[in-house]
Amino acid sequence: MSQYDGLPGDWQLVVGLEVHVELATATKLFSASPNRFGDEPNTNIDPVTLGLPGALPVLNEQAVELAMRIGAALNCTIQACTFHRKNYFYPDMPKAYQISQYDQPLNVDGYLDLPNGVRVGIERAHMEEDAGKSTHVGGSGGRVHGATYSLIDLNRAGVPLVEIVSRPDIHSADDARAYVNELRGILVAIDASDAKMEEGSMRVDANVSVHKPGTPLGTRCEIKNVNSVRSIGRAIEYEARRQIDLIEGGDVVRQQTRHWDEGDGRTHTLRSKEDADDYRYFLEPDLVPLAPSAEWIAKVKAALPMLPAARRARLADATGQAANSEAVTIVVDRGQDDYVLAIAAAGGDAARGLVYVKEAFADSPKVAAADVAVLTQMEVSGAITATQAKTVLAELVAKGGGDAAAIAAAHGFEAIDTSAVEAFVDEAIATDPDAWQKFCSGDAKAMGALVGLVMKASKGKADGKAVSASLQQRRSDHG
Amino acid sequence: MSTPSAPATTAAAIAAGVRDGSLKAADIVEQHLAAIATREPEIHAFNLVLADEARAAAAQIDQRVAAGEDPGPLAGVTVALKDNMCTRGIPTTCSSKILEGWRPPYDATVVSTLRDAGAIVVGKTNLDEFAMGSSTENSAFGPTRNPHDTSRVPGGSSGGSAASVAAGFSQVSFGSDTGGSIRQPAALCGVVGVKPTYGYVSRYGLIAFASSLDQIGPFTNSVEDAALMLDVIGGHDPLDSTSIPQAHPSLRDAMQQDVAGLRIGRITDLPEGADPDVVERLEVAFDTLRAAGAKIVDVQVPAFTFGLTAYYLIAPAEASSNLARYDGVRYGMRVEAADTNAMYGATRAAGFGDEVKRRIMLGTYALSAGYYDAYYGKALKVRRLISDDFDRAYQHADVLLTPTSPSVAFQFGAKGDNPLAMYLCDTYTIPSNLSGQPGMSVPFGTGAHGLPVGVQVLAGTLQEPTMFRVAAALEAAATKERGLQNGGVR
Amino acid sequence: MPDRIVKDKSGPVRITPEAAAKVAHLARLDIAPDELVRMTAQLEGMLEHFADIDALDLSAVEPMTQAFPLVNVLRADVVQPCLDRDEVLAAAPAAEDGRFRVPPMIGSGA
Ligand SMILES: [Mg+2]
Ligand SMILES: [Zn+2]
Repeated sequence: MSQYDGLPGDWQLVVGLEVHVELATATKLFSASPNRFGDEPNTNIDPVTLGLPGALPVLNEQAVELAMRIGAALNCTIQACTFHRKNYFYPDMPKAYQISQYDQPLNVDGYLDLPNGVRVGIERAHMEEDAGKSTHVGGSGGRVHGATYSLIDLNRAGVPLVEIVSRPDIHSADDARAYVNELRGILVAIDASDAKMEEGSMRVDANVSVHKPGTPLGTRCEIKNVNSVRSIGRAIEYEARRQIDLIEGGDVVRQQTRHWDEGDGRTHTLRSKEDADDYRYFLEPDLVPLAPSAEWIAKVKAALPMLPAARRARLADATGQAANSEAVTIVVDRGQDDYVLAIAAAGGDAARGLVYVKEAFADSPKVAAADVAVLTQMEVSGAITATQAKTVLAELVAKGGGDAAAIAAAHGFEAIDTSAVEAFVDEAIATDPDAWQKFCSGDAKAMGALVGLVMKASKGKADGKAVSASLQQRRSDHG
Repeated sequence: MSTPSAPATTAAAIAAGVRDGSLKAADIVEQHLAAIATREPEIHAFNLVLADEARAAAAQIDQRVAAGEDPGPLAGVTVALKDNMCTRGIPTTCSSKILEGWRPPYDATVVSTLRDAGAIVVGKTNLDEFAMGSSTENSAFGPTRNPHDTSRVPGGSSGGSAASVAAGFSQVSFGSDTGGSIRQPAALCGVVGVKPTYGYVSRYGLIAFASSLDQIGPFTNSVEDAALMLDVIGGHDPLDSTSIPQAHPSLRDAMQQDVAGLRIGRITDLPEGADPDVVERLEVAFDTLRAAGAKIVDVQVPAFTFGLTAYYLIAPAEASSNLARYDGVRYGMRVEAADTNAMYGATRAAGFGDEVKRRIMLGTYALSAGYYDAYYGKALKVRRLISDDFDRAYQHADVLLTPTSPSVAFQFGAKGDNPLAMYLCDTYTIPSNLSGQPGMSVPFGTGAHGLPVGVQVLAGTLQEPTMFRVAAALEAAATKERGLQNGGVR
Repeated sequence: MPDRIVKDKSGPVRITPEAAAKVAHLARLDIAPDELVRMTAQLEGMLEHFADIDALDLSAVEPMTQAFPLVNVLRADVVQPCLDRDEVLAAAPAAEDGRFRVPPMIGSGA
């Protein structure tokens, strides 16, 4: 189910994504000042970060390790590589060049499979350094336009980045979102990055073009400043429609870098490619080539943890749910799948465990899996109802664990027996014959009204499942 | 103040004397400060003299000796530093207006190594702005004069460092050599100057001109002092990725061995252009070494002649990038303007001198879209040819001998405003920067106008020990020759 | 090694004033028009001299990018002390609120 309407006519969307990810190292890519978000401005600075005369870069081994992990997780070839200087002037770029990888990146030719089965090619995942941060003063809303001056904080300058460049294999806004979500899950799983779009540790640029099947690819525009997963879909949809309108109006799409404005939901021209800078790339003479040994690469690959796709499959298997079901996706996203499996291992019911965890634990569970396991068993055995189980679970969460049976007993919870259920159902049908008639003629919603009456009368002690089973039995007897 | 000790002639002797208490560091410093007071106004070797700091450092060393501590292998040795080496809290300008007044918040590795070894910094020396030049005429703070003839240049770009040693302002000094900037001024000022193998000495804190070519090295009065200096400052620095990760053998020990049996290469296809007086001294050098038991062999280095072109494409290209950081944002000068781009353009136009601008333009052009392959890319290939040719030559010869400079010290303004005329000063020194191999200039008598002539000894990668053996033999011969000329009285 | 020589030197190098102006802009050097004319002539003179290498057959030659061959120079991921912010900002042409202050960034090429 798409959140987006798709493109009009037979227009096809072609999207490639460039994702910048800040690596979770202790220090910067080429110097020993801290890589830490949120510190006082210009406190994480050293001669290299400031681009002081005479300062020299030295490559961070852990940054390489994490970049290799990303390459391995994205099925890339990890290869010998070099660093180049990309020369351009910008106040938050202290040396007036960015050290990046150019024609020989660390990771090439990989892929990422989306949960819906679409495979997106990864062209490259290269290492580079981040720039500092500019704050624009005097303009409206902190924007560069209309500002009277700007302030530069270099704490972020030199933070290690990996830029992951996809092939233009993405053909819907939904797939773009799914790609970013899946990538984020992988990055977190392998401890390469905290991948927080809201803190800028994961930043997405989208190359968008449109064409009709069987015709050459259209001119692409690069969309920058997309700061949330939600905006990715919106920005791509907007941009695709803008391009289609241009073409259908007899105009042409010009290659541009465009800026996504979250406020007005549009993309705006940032600059045209015609006047893009001539970056004068050349090999960084202050660094030497990097050639990870076969042993190092093998070690990184062997140490990779299970990735989200495999974890979803494993959880789906254990719980009987679909691998792309909401519950499985959410629980794996949150990294709670091991906990659900622990509930099952402690003798609990995996399917109920999945539901409990999805509903009750926003972050990492603080309740012993065995305690939850007991509760799932109480529910599936019919000792208490689902509604009662929810109350007990809430108390377990609040107390950080405990004896589910004792809590249930303290609440006076016991599931009423079958004959009592039948009596309540009789009563409900008598109270609302209209609903019963509708239910019999196939109106599923009417069942809810009847179940509600039973629950009300039984003060929630009736097991919802038993009630609906009874109603269905009666209808088939009746019919 | 104590009575000045007897003047010591070498850094090695000074350090030995200060360490055993027979010399006082304070006296050594006063001798040099006195020389500075007398002749510095005329010579202008320094951008900054650090008299107070030097006296304080000397007092501390003398105290340490008195307390029975060892103040290090360079105890009491006065040093002058080219003003492109970062000194914490002490202005470091590269002789450029764009950095005027800037005080680095950190020390170059070489600087801290020298201080830790007991050396005493007496000042920061003048240079061609950002080390771009061969005469020290390109300094924003005025030229340095050659102590042998003040109407002449000291060479460059490390002209201030060469002049400092030649004038007795400091016992030794340090410069940087990107295309000959230590060896050529050493030759013109009549002192020893060494450019070691690329990576032999840390570049951390050396303000970059061309990163793949820059190396720090010493100026000294003797080959032994040069060996001592490299023994102290050479070695691995984890802050410089291009620093060779190994310890180097003692050159002071290595140079004790004579040259008997060594193969001295004469480059038969060496580019022409050296003055007759310089060529003559080179011939004497060959004869001297032959007489000392070495064998003279003919070798060819066909790509030698293309060094100038390769260098003047590669070095400006790297420089154009290295000097982009002088943008008026974080340090140095700024010319205020309406927006950042205008501020960059105005600041850099006002802050850089003509030669620096010219090289930034040339380097930017050589790297720019559409020209990279024709210029920078091609130059890198020529660099390979030169390196390969040298490697082939060193299969037949242990060292090569060439002139250091095509001429003795020239008059101010002699090269006019034709940049190429100046660039030709580096014809013989540039190729070994491109190959990354060591080279040194040894004073070897005099040429026209009685001015010093240097002979350049070149050697293969990390072959400094052999290079120093040959240099020591040349030095011995030159000393003997001078003695004879002076009627046997030294 | 005469077999390296494959062709004669090419003709004089010509740099258009527009190209020179573009280079000056890339390098962020405000150069006055008459100065640019003089400098362009000097650049042409140099490039003409540098055309000596055009005679070389370099097709089979690998570019040399390192003066000493090293590989895999890496640093442990351990934090070292930072510079003092006040000292650093005191050396800056303009600072405010713990940050470097610059004129508005309109017109800067990102
Ligand atoms: Mg990109
Ligand atoms: Zn990037």
